[in-house]
Amino acid sequence: MHDAATEEYSGHDSKAQYFWVWGALLVLTAIEVVLGYKQIFEPVRMLEVLLILSIIKSALIIGYFMHLKFERAIMRWMLVFSVSACFVIMYFFFFPDAGRVLRLGVH
Amino acid sequence: MADATLQHDAVGHGTPGEFEAPLFGAYSKKVGMWLFLASDSLTFGALLVAFCYVRSYTDWPTPFHVQSIINSTIMTGCLLSSSLTMVMGVFAAQRGDRAWTRNWLFATMAFGTAFIVLHGMEWTKLIGEGLTLPIFPKPATPAVGEMADISKNTPQFAATFFGLTAMHMLHVTVGVMYLGVIAFRKWFLPVIGVLWLVGYLLIPSDNVFHYGIHVLLIGLIVASVILSLKSKDYDAQDVEVAGLYWHFVDLVWMFIFPLVYLLSTKIVG
Repeated sequence: MHDAATEEYSGHDSKAQYFWVWGALLVLTAIEVVLGYKQIFEPVRMLEVLLILSIIKSALIIGYFMHLKFERAIMRWMLVFSVSACFVIMYFFFFPDAGRVLRLGVH
Repeated sequence: MADATLQHDAVGHGTPGEFEAPLFGAYSKKVGMWLFLASDSLTFGALLVAFCYVRSYTDWPTPFHVQSIINSTIMTGCLLSSSLTMVMGVFAAQRGDRAWTRNWLFATMAFGTAFIVLHGMEWTKLIGEGLTLPIFPKPATPAVGEMADISKNTPQFAATFFGLTAMHMLHVTVGVMYLGVIAFRKWFLPVIGVLWLVGYLLIPSDNVFHYGIHVLLIGLIVASVILSLKSKDYDAQDVEVAGLYWHFVDLVWMFIFPLVYLLSTKIVG
């Protein structure tokens, strides 16, 4: 394991890139805070912008910190596909019921 | 990593874990953790979608002043920094440096603990101002003001806020204990025990964490059972798998922070 791991990390990793990723995450967080607190956009647009920034941050965390970028393609696709499929299936149940509540009205 | 593991599998069975059949080019513990994280992401995904849905049809309050935003931003910085120290810990473990593995894991735990403490202080402040749930301990004198009005008029706000953040705080607490067991093994058990006892005795009984601290007791029991069943020295694979869990906790907060805090900031000017 020790040799294997050393092999892996010398192959495509350097500590510097993790510091860059960390810096990028902090900068993106600072942008989010400024956007959120200054109310630069209207609420729906703000939600979209913040979600896009969150997805970029999560991609950096998954890809680099969780090392998925360096896993085999089959592993990457298996995870992305299975989680996405589960979310889609979950929302098939969620949205019809959520719409029913809206039609009935909430008091 | 994957290729190297395959080579090891073919030639040697000397170290526990290396004889496991590779699945998707990774050792089975890593695949197992990824599958767990995939299922846990659905839990948080459902909670976050429900939160967005609830806030979309009600007149959602925006009560978080600059103090709360600064506090939650520092908490975000703690978690992001803890991910970096966790990566350094994995590096150290994989080059066989046990001392620095412990040091980096300890740094990660320190950032995680700072997050929990800051979050606990935030909760206590909000509850003191009147943002509360029926199941929380009742204060001697009921609070009045903006937060108390929100609890009364829009109870969904307190329910979703405390539900989401409690779920995440529980994950962070479990993560800190997980890393403690990986880094210090049985020596970490008395630390959990002392923290639980001191916390229980020092936190006032009208504070929600007087009861929440029992999570540590449950963690102590679970960790004791695990360590009694498998008291070996944890290796680099275990550190990497623990790191996956820790990064996931960080990842979830990247969605909770903007959705719960930043979209509920007090509008100024």
